[in-house]
Amino acid sequence: MSRKLLLEHAEIPGITTYEVYRRQGGYRAVEKALKEMTPESVLDEVKISGLRGRGGAGFPTGMKWSFLAKPEGIPRYLLCNADESEPGTFKDRLLMERLPHLLIEGMIASAYALGCRTAYIYIRGEYKWIVKTLERAIAEAYANGWLGERILGTDFSFDLHVTPGAGAYICGEETALIESLEGKRGNPRLKPPFPAVSGLWNSPTLVNNVESLCAVVPIVNEGGEAFSAIGIGRSTGTKLISACGNINKPGVYEIELGLPVEEFIYSDEYCGGIKNGKQLKAVVPGGSSVPILPAHLILKTAAGEDRLMSYESLAEGGFVSGSMLGSGGFIVYDEDQCIVRNTWNFSRFYHHESCGQCSPCREGTGWLEKVLHRLEHGHGRMHDIDLLVDISKKIEGNTICPLGDAAAWPVASAVRHFRDEFEWHVREPQLSQQRNFGLAREAVAV
Amino acid sequence: MEAVSTKEKNQASFSPETMAEIQRLLPRFPEGRQKSALLRILHLVQEENDGWLSTAVMDRVAEILNIQPIEVYEVATFYTMYNLKPVGKYLLEVCHTGPCAIEGAERLLEYLKQKLAIGIGETTTDGLFTLKTVECMGACGYAPMMQVGEFYHEHLTEAKIDRFLEDCRAGKVALGTWKLG
Ligand SMILES: Cc1cc2nc3c(=O)[nH]c(=O)nc-3n(C[C@H](O)[C@H](O)[C@H](O)COP(=O)(O)O)c2cc1C
Ligand code: SF4
Ligand code: FES
Repeated sequence: MSRKLLLEHAEIPGITTYEVYRRQGGYRAVEKALKEMTPESVLDEVKISGLRGRGGAGFPTGMKWSFLAKPEGIPRYLLCNADESEPGTFKDRLLMERLPHLLIEGMIASAYALGCRTAYIYIRGEYKWIVKTLERAIAEAYANGWLGERILGTDFSFDLHVTPGAGAYICGEETALIESLEGKRGNPRLKPPFPAVSGLWNSPTLVNNVESLCAVVPIVNEGGEAFSAIGIGRSTGTKLISACGNINKPGVYEIELGLPVEEFIYSDEYCGGIKNGKQLKAVVPGGSSVPILPAHLILKTAAGEDRLMSYESLAEGGFVSGSMLGSGGFIVYDEDQCIVRNTWNFSRFYHHESCGQCSPCREGTGWLEKVLHRLEHGHGRMHDIDLLVDISKKIEGNTICPLGDAAAWPVASAVRHFRDEFEWHVREPQLSQQRNFGLAREAVAV
Repeated sequence: MEAVSTKEKNQASFSPETMAEIQRLLPRFPEGRQKSALLRILHLVQEENDGWLSTAVMDRVAEILNIQPIEVYEVATFYTMYNLKPVGKYLLEVCHTGPCAIEGAERLLEYLKQKLAIGIGETTTDGLFTLKTVECMGACGYAPMMQVGEFYHEHLTEAKIDRFLEDCRAGKVALGTWKLG
């Protein structure tokens, strides 16, 4: 059984209420931070913990916090990114549904460290019922003196609000999130200036993922050292993984980083193996934006070592034979799944979600979708496959925000690892409409 | 966006409850930054206006927030949760992104299309149902899924869809509200 730092109390009846949460030791981190620690020492513990952003990029949280500009007389803002729209990702939802007070507690401790007087939780509008869960919990926190003026009789005052989006994946990108929070279209901003210098209403702003902010609670309670003792190398602590696709037990699992991928997929404690006794074909390990890996490369690295659930191990081999931990959206494909169809589906997603500001992204995602549609529906030509790679390269690195890269990587990696399947679609246009390519080895025998 | 007759223009007014809710939201943002409440206000008034935003409704929101109507239109046209045309009483939003597609979202969409005799984006003649596809809703492990009003319906099957549509017709399905009350 792996240790649970965040979900430990998730199953306790009534844990969404203040009373039950408090009885389980809730808000101890706020007491400790505000009464026994300085803001600097909270920041130090977060640095020592080695916590890395759980939203996708994996940037060290402590370092990010230390970049926040602190000009005199200008308010600073803490924003919680609860947009959770990356296909395959549904973990922040669980945290907020079950443990709204954990997020609030984490945000109070974080805001104290950062010197923020006001914070907002920006949540995707579709999570409408969670808006209410959070607002009820926030009201309870105010009523019990954990939010508002002079918390616990200290000089620290802090206000927290929830504000919803309205359906736009791009608003998970932090500058688009800020624009949206200002009541505008979610068009990402050019950087610099970075939000840490000029973000919400031109004030220094820090954006963190729900899970990152929740992790601050065990870090304050037990110390950064204890957190960093869990995990492996620079992948410290636990991570929530939302697992879906052709597995026996889809759901959200809190794992200790460093768990072997094979164990995660096949052990009964986690995914419970592939459904219907089928074989594993491929995995997208960190949300739709990260490269897809075929079975042999997700279980072992190219060097033949066990692949682990960690930032480093999943990235081992770079984009030639590796992928990324990303948001922890773990999508599993069995032998019956069509890689071409799945790639087309994702490219339709990115085209739909492109904000349209930069032409490589706006036009490129449209092209990717069209060419993939053609290939999937039996009208493709051999050179379309290289055309996909060419378009991906032209998008990658040439856009305002990383959505362009996120659209390009899945396509490039699918072609890299499953070129034979794309070629089969071209060679066998009729057959490819009737059945799937299956596992490559089997197809060779066809 | 559709042209509006001058008759319709600026005639929208909101219920006292909605106005009270709006007043409750504004102080969450610093003085002069009330535009930040726009997205939430649009959700509220869309709910009151039978699930869609008419130009008159958007113009009234602009008035309340003291911003230009174009600032409201810009937002209303960007986000997929806002409907710029009338929709049925029950807006069926079916996710068709990768993980849901693996679990049969496309089959389910076909089933709904046939059962309701409408295409995607269309409304049944009795005004009860509108069918819409949406992108990943954060329910990938409980696929296939659709959202109706406030609620997620997960692990969908044809039998569950049948039952659900009957419940809608019998008026037994709650949609939830953006109002906190
Ligand atoms: C297109 C795009 C979508 C994103 N969506 C999300 C999201 O839904 N949730 C999230 O926490 N981060 C998302 N991110 C990452 C954020 O920009 C940002 O890096 C993150 O919220 C920082 O928090 P962290 O350091 O705690 O991970 C997205 C980034 C991009 C480029
Ligand atoms: S890369 Fe795409 S989503 Fe990002 S700013 Fe450019 S057009 Fe918009
Ligand atoms: S793909 Fe449908 S909810 Fe994520």
